Amino acid sequence: MHEMGIVSGILDASIGAAERSGAIRITEVSVTIGELTEIVDDALHFAFDALTPGTLAEGATLTVTRVGARSRCGDCGTEYEHGRFDVSCPACGGYAVQLLQGRELSIDGVEIDLPEDGTDPIAQTSDASQE
Amino acid sequence: MRLDINKPILDRNDTLAEENRRLLDEHGVFVLDLMASPGAGKTSTILATIAALRERYAIAVIEGDIASRVDADKISAHGIPAVQINTGGACHLEADMIRRALDTLDLDTLDLIIVENVGNLVCPTEFYLGENAKVMILSVPEGHDKPLKYPGIFQIAEAVVLNKYDTLPVFDFDEDEFRRVVHSLNPSAPVFALSATKGDGVSDWAGWLSARIESTRS
Repeated sequence: MHEMGIVSGILDASIGAAERSGAIRITEVSVTIGELTEIVDDALHFAFDALTPGTLAEGATLTVTRVGARSRCGDCGTEYEHGRFDVSCPACGGYAVQLLQGRELSIDGVEIDLPEDGTDPIAQTSDASQE
Repeated sequence: MRLDINKPILDRNDTLAEENRRLLDEHGVFVLDLMASPGAGKTSTILATIAALRERYAIAVIEGDIASRVDADKISAHGIPAVQINTGGACHLEADMIRRALDTLDLDTLDLIIVENVGNLVCPTEFYLGENAKVMILSVPEGHDKPLKYPGIFQIAEAVVLNKYDTLPVFDFDEDEFRRVVHSLNPSAPVFALSATKGDGVSDWAGWLSARIESTRS
């Protein structure tokens, strides 16, 4: 259940960025996860729902974009998509492969609500940076 | 309002791991992260590796377990510095735990630190600790189908140790199939069949590890 650690990482970055922008609420967190990582979507959502109450992200939606695995063959140069279990080149059968994508674990961004009283978020950003 | 972040999820862990890496480089210390399921023979493999390499390298061990200092005591009994990390339930080690362990070791006197990760075939794969190499151990009784069930750890490992090789005759373990699947998942990873407690095959593994250590020094 290392998804707890993964979600902690997601929330550290998301809440930090939202606070620096003066947000009062995070409504959506978007992440990209490669197919070759050991991350299970259900466990990720479970951890997200467990860790967000009492934070700026309480009630937010977690949107996960999955990225397939893609490699370049070092023997013949072919670029191809593949599954988890066979990384060999479909053109020449070579195994000298260089992974181009599939191990992503990144936070793309957050959807935030700003205060409606006209507070200047930029001013809050500079306040935050002086702390 | 949309706010772009575009940062790695494990940014904090990766940053701490890079700090570990710099600290270890300054002291010329090579770190091996050993991953396996509980009971695959991580501690026995570490002891066999120590026996093979202790004349050549000054070695210390960082033991990661959910609880107890059973493993660290086993290592200390052989006169090797051992630090026990108890994760208190966490299923893997993270970079900040390694940093606290490094602070208790005299890095100036060391060449090699072997990290025994928490017994688990899934979670340790995603966490960079600042190590030079990740290696995974599978033992014969676990079965030849494990690479199909846990591909991630076989893909992230730089080398694979097949332990308890002396038990091959009594288990239904298809070695050819195991090697074929490991090769298809991770074409560049060598597989070292050995028996850590009997000593068979340990010299090939120790030879690979010492060559790997030397390659970082040149």
